[in-house]
Amino acid sequence: MRIGSDIGGTFTDVVLENTSGMFSAKVLTDNKEPEKGVFEGIRQVLLEAQTNWTDIDTFIHGTTLATNALIGRTGALTAFITTEGFRDVVEMRTESRFEQYDLNIILPAPLVERKDRHVIKERIDANGVVIVPFDEDEATQLAERLATGTPEGPYEAVAIGLLHAYRNDIHEQRLREVIARYLPNTPISISSDVAPQMREFERFNTVCANAYLQPLMAGYLRRLESGLQTSGASCPVYLIHSGGGLLSLDNAVRFPIRLVESGPAGGAIFSAHLAERYNLDTVLSYDMGGTTAKICLIENGTPKTANTFEVARTHRFAKGSGMPISIPVIEMIEIGAGGGSIASVDALGQIRVGPRSAGSEPGPACYQLGGTKPTVSDADLTLGRLASDTFRANTIQLSPEAANKALLDDIGSRLNLSAEAGAIGVTEVVDENMANAARAHAIENGKDVGAFTMVAFGGAAPLHAARLSEKLNIRQILIPPGAGVGSAIGFLRAPFTYEAIRSHYAELDNLDWNVVDRMLKTLETEATSFVLNAVRNSSEHLEIERTAFMRYSGQGWEIPVKLEDHSFETGASDDLIQRFQTTYTELFGRVIEGVRIEVLSWTVKVSTLRPAVRYVSQIKSGNEILVNQYRQIYDSAIGDFVKAVVVERDILNPRDLVRGPALIVESQTSVWVPSGYEAILQLDGCLLLSAIASGRSRL
Amino acid sequence: MKDLRLQVMWTRLMSIVEEQALTLVRIAFSTSVREAGDLSAGVFDAQGRMLCQAVTGTPGHVNTMAAAVGNFIDSIGKAEMFEDDAYVTNDPWKGTGHLHDFTVVTPVFRNNNLIGFFACTAHVVDIGGTGFGPDSKDVYEEGLLIPIMRLVERGRLNQNLLAIIKHNVRETDQVIGDLHSLVACNRTGAERLHQTLDEFELGGLEEIAAFIFDRTRSATLASIEALPHGSYSNTMQVDGYNDTLNLCVTLTSSASGIHANFAGSSPACLYGINVPLVYARAYLTYAMLVVFAPGMPNNHASLEPFTVSAPTNCILNAQHPDPVSVRHVIGHFVTDLCLGAIAQALPDLIPAEGSGALWNFHVSARTCDPTNQLPPREILMFNSGGTGARPHLDGLNATAFPSGVRTMSVEATEQSGPIIIWRKELRPDSGGDGLHRGGLGQVIELGPADGYYFDFNCMFDRVSNPARGRQGGDDGAPGTVMLDNGTKLNAKGKQRIPGGRKLVLELPGGGGFGNPLLRDPSDITNDKTQGYIE
Repeated sequence: MRIGSDIGGTFTDVVLENTSGMFSAKVLTDNKEPEKGVFEGIRQVLLEAQTNWTDIDTFIHGTTLATNALIGRTGALTAFITTEGFRDVVEMRTESRFEQYDLNIILPAPLVERKDRHVIKERIDANGVVIVPFDEDEATQLAERLATGTPEGPYEAVAIGLLHAYRNDIHEQRLREVIARYLPNTPISISSDVAPQMREFERFNTVCANAYLQPLMAGYLRRLESGLQTSGASCPVYLIHSGGGLLSLDNAVRFPIRLVESGPAGGAIFSAHLAERYNLDTVLSYDMGGTTAKICLIENGTPKTANTFEVARTHRFAKGSGMPISIPVIEMIEIGAGGGSIASVDALGQIRVGPRSAGSEPGPACYQLGGTKPTVSDADLTLGRLASDTFRANTIQLSPEAANKALLDDIGSRLNLSAEAGAIGVTEVVDENMANAARAHAIENGKDVGAFTMVAFGGAAPLHAARLSEKLNIRQILIPPGAGVGSAIGFLRAPFTYEAIRSHYAELDNLDWNVVDRMLKTLETEATSFVLNAVRNSSEHLEIERTAFMRYSGQGWEIPVKLEDHSFETGASDDLIQRFQTTYTELFGRVIEGVRIEVLSWTVKVSTLRPAVRYVSQIKSGNEILVNQYRQIYDSAIGDFVKAVVVERDILNPRDLVRGPALIVESQTSVWVPSGYEAILQLDGCLLLSAIASGRSRL
Repeated sequence: MKDLRLQVMWTRLMSIVEEQALTLVRIAFSTSVREAGDLSAGVFDAQGRMLCQAVTGTPGHVNTMAAAVGNFIDSIGKAEMFEDDAYVTNDPWKGTGHLHDFTVVTPVFRNNNLIGFFACTAHVVDIGGTGFGPDSKDVYEEGLLIPIMRLVERGRLNQNLLAIIKHNVRETDQVIGDLHSLVACNRTGAERLHQTLDEFELGGLEEIAAFIFDRTRSATLASIEALPHGSYSNTMQVDGYNDTLNLCVTLTSSASGIHANFAGSSPACLYGINVPLVYARAYLTYAMLVVFAPGMPNNHASLEPFTVSAPTNCILNAQHPDPVSVRHVIGHFVTDLCLGAIAQALPDLIPAEGSGALWNFHVSARTCDPTNQLPPREILMFNSGGTGARPHLDGLNATAFPSGVRTMSVEATEQSGPIIIWRKELRPDSGGDGLHRGGLGQVIELGPADGYYFDFNCMFDRVSNPARGRQGGDDGAPGTVMLDNGTKLNAKGKQRIPGGRKLVLELPGGGGFGNPLLRDPSDITNDKTQGYIE
């Protein structure tokens, strides 16, 4: 029996899976003692499944605590030590303004203030050669100073980031030893350990963030572990990491930064699992909740990954307003488009939606919990897509009147439109925003998203999936059951993985394959030991994937190129050039003649084999069911309200077909099936929406 | 509903130009484009009027590229434009102000009708001549000038042109690679435009153009009504090449817009810091939009109300063949110059003066010992001083304004050539004191790696003329340029850094705002604790 649990900002989701099926619970997140919500959720699912704490074989956990601590600045008092001359790297950032036209812009403050940033004399050059030696005496004096603490109290964590340490970590290692002598009980993070990638701002910020999170996360994780044990669950505890794999609890305590954005990663794995189950090569994962929409590309059952991302954006999700984190991550775009996103009219007389959100408090106007601003959910209600009579979120009674009033006050009266016309505008704008973000993301990856299948989950996604896919030319949408706890289900599908990375610059013309081979073996050993340590089974069969990040000499961004799974010898460069050119052509449509090719960094990813997937064959034709319950719903492609059938999802059986226009209602959301679409319930409870007509007119 | 449909179409066009720019950043070669964001991309109607432009690093390209497309139409002639063509120029007066910027324009045809254009601009790493720096005495010395001509003719690359460029620039691979990238990003834009027009069942751009221009024009004109009609003047001193220059402006606001006249400014200079008028207009426009209409998208109608004039012998109206290579140094000051004039009418909106011009440098690294095989390398780096204090906030430390480009990573820069950057950190005490403190400058120490010396091209300002405070705030600290043995260097022009020596750059701070005696004591305590003041 396995349990997955995801702590989100508002809800803590718990999912139990055993031989008799799957059980889930949603409880409010306890912000002070988050483990309490987890325990309460577990109690509920155990009760429902009629089983005990002692029967839990595996517990897999993801949490937004690390992300929240970075956003809310609630981490440890941290000291940062860096190379003399570079004290302000984390404060000077990129020396640019993320918002070009705002005279009163406020740049994000560094995690570690200037007074807590210290320097030592030492220097390593771009080739890893020591050009200023490490000064033991100076390091000792610094350690003594740090041990005396600050007026605000003793340092709770120490981060070390030295220039070019990704290339040669000797000084970082030495400095850690010296500091540890004087601060034996303070956790110390070094950048060559946490994020061995080139580019100092990103690496230094990552090591600072790791140190900053360490005391808080260690405390929480240990409390969680002992609480489970006290209740009788002696099972191993695993944490989901931002790259979508599992970490042991001990490694999570060492590298808490790896827990950032683990919830969304779970969502991507959930989609990836469905992609595999349905044997779909290309899937667009679309998760739309109350505040944001997240979009991720999944090919051959594997979500796209990246080596750097940005968290804790302070300004309307604007690129550059957060902090960069250099660790392997499932790559997704997140935009401020959710059910609670607030709509308004700008100076140009245009409707704008988000990124501001009414959240759960005060909530959309239709919730009648104090919100008066029109939101996407209000528009959905006004257009008939959310059903006030079937929506059963415990205490909330949806009010169409309140939704109409908000839409009239803030949109209609400004533009001389009815509430309905305002609502049409709001949904169209939010769908267009999401479509543009998805398209840009696909372009960055050289993909044509039109050939993809969409997997839609999260409370608001089933309402918007059809229109969004129309805009993207996507013809097929899968809407799984349990979409509200998708991330937690995803946790149960995650393999044990660890990705080890090194920046090691080399031109292909004069690459020393012996050195590379040795380095790759080191990376493999490192990653394998992480995974075996987590699995606790040294005979586990492992999958090993090696990647070189390459570019034409002079370019600024690298593309990942998969490597053969064997040792390299001199002469392997030709093969690598071939692979690079194939990948480059795939992304950019051509190769460039006569320019040298270089490798910037290398990764080795080790994973356990994914649990065998039970394939489900798609049911593409079904028996149309006839219902005589109707409601008026606005259909964007027709440009008018249409008479749509209303069906409860619960009463559908596999192979039942519902022809659009139709609304398939569930307790907390509904699936909107526009005209020209049909929905068929699949054997595993997923709804498959297909566009049957082509050339639908737009808007 | 029709308006909603057009709004969605407008949003879609913006997303298309963002994708166009994204493509360029991803495949470009020059550090200036890919790391720093020195590029622009936009879509135009058949008359050459800009509909949308990507939000990228540099206002300097905003207005210049917008005007450039009209020049291409005039030179080539619509009748001579064909499918799968692309045109190019780096003419400073027809493009974006200096030879290092290539602009590529691609016509878009639909059912054999010319319906519009995509244009993009990027700063390339070399264009021959004396290299990126102010020393040339005329534009001929500055390098190769490509007049407006075909780069691609009906799908076929102009190999003659490529051969000429190849044989006249250093870092051939990068420059040719960037030209390919410019063509490719316009192609991406055109493909997406066709898909969008299919989807919206449109034959061309007329309807959406009219919608965009109507909406923007009225909103822009309404927003500048915040400035009472009348005339406002300002004068500012900057260093120039050898002698201090006067920059003067008189802004006249009326119902039809704001006109800037730069009469009174110093005459054109012998060296390459002169500014073509189109580039001065870009920084005027940026100043006006940032104050009056910060959310306004850039297009023909949002730029139209802002006009300029200047005598022909003026440094802000350089004439061919004046040298213009580093026109950004003086050009960047146009924003603070114009903001200073506005401050007379709207004193509580306008920040103090800042360091203004970026402290960019270009290094030619050469081996100390010609008998060894160490290859020559060209290295470019962008760095920023402090911005002026704002009426309600301190200035920004080491942050570009008005430029929006990013600095390059030290580790990536050292990876790209034989340079060691020994220090790059904030410069305490360099922000002007005030109720709100000016942003701090920064200190950079750098030198050649073992076996190399540098020919170092300086293009620095505010060494003799610091950023002025406003409303009683103190001036920011001026910059300094010297060797580590104390030898002062000139702030402009090419100078040698011998092997084993270091160069020390102290970048200027921003001016303070308001009376320093009124500064909140807790802010002063914090400045001391953090070491912002010593």
